[in-house]
Amino acid sequence: MDLKTIPLSAWLGIFSTSLFAFAAIFAPLIAPYGLSDVVGDVWEPMSREHLLGTDNLGRDLLSRMIYGARTTLTIAALATIVSFTLGAFLGMAAAVIGGWADQLLSRGVDLLMSIPTLIFALVVLSVMPANILTLILVMGILDATRVFRLSRAVAVDVNVMDFVEAAKLRGEGRIWIITREILPNALSTLVAELGLRFIFMVLFLSALSFLGLGIQPPEADWGGMVKENKDGIIFGIPAALIPAGAIAVLAISVNLIADWILNRTTDLKGGRGGN
Amino acid sequence: MGLAFKLIAQRISLGILLLFAVSVLIFVGTQILPGDVAQSILGQSATPENLANLRKDLGLNDPPLTRYFNWLGGIMVGDLGTALTSGANISEAIASRLGNTLFLAAVAAVISVPTAIFLGLIAVRYKDRWPDKLISASTLASISLPEFFIGYLLILVFGVKLGWFPTVATVYDGMGFGDRLNAVMLPALTLTLVVLAHMMRMTRAAILNVMQSAYIETAELKGLSSFKVIWKHALPNAISPVINVVMLNMAYLIVGVVVVEVIFVYPGMGQYLVDHVSKRDVPVVQACGLIFAAIYIGLNLIADIISVLSNPRLRHPK
Repeated sequence: MDLKTIPLSAWLGIFSTSLFAFAAIFAPLIAPYGLSDVVGDVWEPMSREHLLGTDNLGRDLLSRMIYGARTTLTIAALATIVSFTLGAFLGMAAAVIGGWADQLLSRGVDLLMSIPTLIFALVVLSVMPANILTLILVMGILDATRVFRLSRAVAVDVNVMDFVEAAKLRGEGRIWIITREILPNALSTLVAELGLRFIFMVLFLSALSFLGLGIQPPEADWGGMVKENKDGIIFGIPAALIPAGAIAVLAISVNLIADWILNRTTDLKGGRGGN
Repeated sequence: MGLAFKLIAQRISLGILLLFAVSVLIFVGTQILPGDVAQSILGQSATPENLANLRKDLGLNDPPLTRYFNWLGGIMVGDLGTALTSGANISEAIASRLGNTLFLAAVAAVISVPTAIFLGLIAVRYKDRWPDKLISASTLASISLPEFFIGYLLILVFGVKLGWFPTVATVYDGMGFGDRLNAVMLPALTLTLVVLAHMMRMTRAAILNVMQSAYIETAELKGLSSFKVIWKHALPNAISPVINVVMLNMAYLIVGVVVVEVIFVYPGMGQYLVDHVSKRDVPVVQACGLIFAAIYIGLNLIADIISVLSNPRLRHPK
């Protein structure tokens, strides 16, 4: 791959996504203060000591943002992994096996998708224990429906190719066909989707935390921080907009990368791959 | 008319079937999960007697199938049961809140739909020029912005700094229409911004699709102005996909309402649902979940029906 062909927008996306990832990985090293240390007055403005000011309890907002990046990114990434593994595997299996298994899975997914994701998540979370594992599983399973549809659609196309036919005639098993024949050919489409699903997870998690049903205090995630600082808005204190803005910037950056990958793969489908 | 009628009847019966399946799913989701509902309501410190009493009150000792049909039977006659936490009648509580939510969604729809279609037309007219590019870029921003970012930004700018609209959307019974409209303006604008870009982009795609047809070329060749071509020849043929887009976005509006209502402390269904999820008040959550799902399925159904009706080939079969 030629680095020069990467458009500016994608570079921008890669740069700021890496910045967030860096903050998340090295959070304890770069955060100036501890996660829950009260270091100043309530809602102090931005200053040299507190670059982003302080929050509703007088904690350093920048430090909490950095730790928040860690929580938000980790949980969104884990939920994306659940969603992808489950959705892609079942989707490809449905396409390869076909018949009643395909019908059963596809109609089940139709049913799950007929309820808005957020609403169904709220219904389920009302009876499940409030912990991070539940959260990851609920988000992952509900989102797997989207991945299922996509990977099934791609796999159905690949499944009728001659080389799959050849593999079947050779007597390869279904697992082999899914992992060695279909997966490599579906990968580029799935990778572009991966970015979009990750962003959806970040937004989903933030919405749940904002509603008080996601990450529970004292842990910090960006959605929860919006909730903590929202009362300041009425007094003209923009502290809540900082985590909300971070979510927006992250979402836009990942979208820029996903757009670029998507364009690249459609170019490749054109056959020549000129750019 | 026969074919269209048959198709519509088919869609409606499928919709009803789906609704039943959804009610089963919601019921199963809240009742037969590993967590014991009574335990999660009372918490860890509950005594065995309290637990047993609550289980009896909730009817948890009945077999699940009986409980499901009792619940469903109640819904059929408009009885959604009573809330565990307050003992209030859920149907009454929901009636006024549902009205509030629909009012908010309707205001948002009245603002967003014409704007989206108009801007979609502009994007087609100036395809690949700056208005089109601007619209594409705003789509990217809009799918990336969380509702609360837009909401609090609007509150900060128009509520606090400029003081044009109230920062909290308070409505009460007997409030005049003008006051009510003023109160929901910021939440409605937030919802508009959330769905606008998507609706605009899909409208653009739907019209561009039609623009490829031969009759559009004819219209262009006979010297019609480009707006007239779009307005008279492309739009009527794009109406079905555009309506589909609008309906899908209306369905999204109904859901987006949950977060927006919490931002603006608006007394609607979304706020009611969220409050009771954290209190683990299962009957309320089930009722709200079912109503949201029903509205969502209903709007998708309407989209289907309209696209059947707007297709002349289906209305007048040979």
